[in-house]
Amino acid sequence: MASLRDIQNRIGSTKKTKQITKAMHMVSASKLSRAEENATAFVPYSAKIQEVVASIAGSGQDAEHPMLQERKVKKTAYFVITSDRGLAGAFNSSILREVYRTIEKRHSSKDEYAVITAGRVGRDFFKKRDIPVLKEIVGLSDQPNFADIKDLTSETVQLYIDEEIDELIVFYNHYISAISQEVTEKKLLPLTDLSENASGNNSMYEYEPNQQDILDVLLPQYAESLIFGALLDSKASEHASRMTAMKSATDNADDLIGDLTLQYNRARQAAITQEISEIVSGAAAQE
Amino acid sequence: MKTVTVSVVTPDGPVLEDSFEMVSCKAESGELGILPGHIPLVAPLTISAVRLKGERPQRIAVSGGFLEVRPDKVTILAQSAEKPENIDVERARKARERAERRLQAKKDEIDFRRAEFALKRALNRLDVVEEKR
Repeated sequence: MASLRDIQNRIGSTKKTKQITKAMHMVSASKLSRAEENATAFVPYSAKIQEVVASIAGSGQDAEHPMLQERKVKKTAYFVITSDRGLAGAFNSSILREVYRTIEKRHSSKDEYAVITAGRVGRDFFKKRDIPVLKEIVGLSDQPNFADIKDLTSETVQLYIDEEIDELIVFYNHYISAISQEVTEKKLLPLTDLSENASGNNSMYEYEPNQQDILDVLLPQYAESLIFGALLDSKASEHASRMTAMKSATDNADDLIGDLTLQYNRARQAAITQEISEIVSGAAAQE
Repeated sequence: MKTVTVSVVTPDGPVLEDSFEMVSCKAESGELGILPGHIPLVAPLTISAVRLKGERPQRIAVSGGFLEVRPDKVTILAQSAEKPENIDVERARKARERAERRLQAKKDEIDFRRAEFALKRALNRLDVVEEKR
């Protein structure tokens, strides 16, 4: 049986751990609310750009653009959004498992796919497994600005325009609520499902200078905004997931401290009982 | 005066929403002036200043954006848009110097174009700030 001192040490260290997990829980909670705000602030932009793109693409006037056309897929790029740090429960592992499985299932040769990663965990995962990483970004802030990832998104979209990749699929954790996030797969490029979400007020626009030039500007921007949206969504999920993980860690620490305290008290009582019986038997021997 | 509601939105959130009498901006095909009741129009904007005229005139530095006009509403969607008071002058100056240095160095074409855009953005920001003063 563990000695009194051992148990006391374990209680002490568990308490320390609990303090840390509790602090991380609080930090994640406040970051989560900021991340939610960011995601809300992004909505007007994405809604508007989607509306305009849909109304142009859906206007039927032979709107042709390479980004709208499906072409033969020779190379698929997977844009995988993970976090930089761990301690976020199943946040990273579930998404990486899903991506890995998808790649194994769909592709037989390494030339057919590549990944683009946001977040250190994802990058390390794919590098270790010798999966080609086309582009990467690490060290994103918890409240990313569009400017922070603009380079990455525009380079990614450029890869598609240059036909280095023929398909872009994004994997991220979609934020449903503070306790539930879902790994989501979304096909970003080519943009095929535009006309479906064309809204009712399909006003006819004048185009200055012309439709083609507008699409040239608009579609890359639209694709970039989709990536940014996924990133914001994923950030919210990350904080939510870390918050839940830290909450349960704190609860577990509480349980453990409870058990250990009980054990400690029993051991203490046993020691006292033993001491008394020794004294009593010592006294009895004297008589 | 008739007015038109103008809203400026970026991926980082809305920048401004107010009514103005006229919107004057620089599209890729040239200067555009939009008055209330304009027919629906979409036009890409250059890296430039958008001038909003009315009781409370405003000037906004936009980059990578476009303009959507409806008779009663003008929306400017830009990857970045800043009011003069929100522009970080120090940062813009640094960006200008950096871009100038890169342009001097003349590396490959992609770097060159990037530096050119960076320079344009920096100059645009500085212009908008200075005009205000």
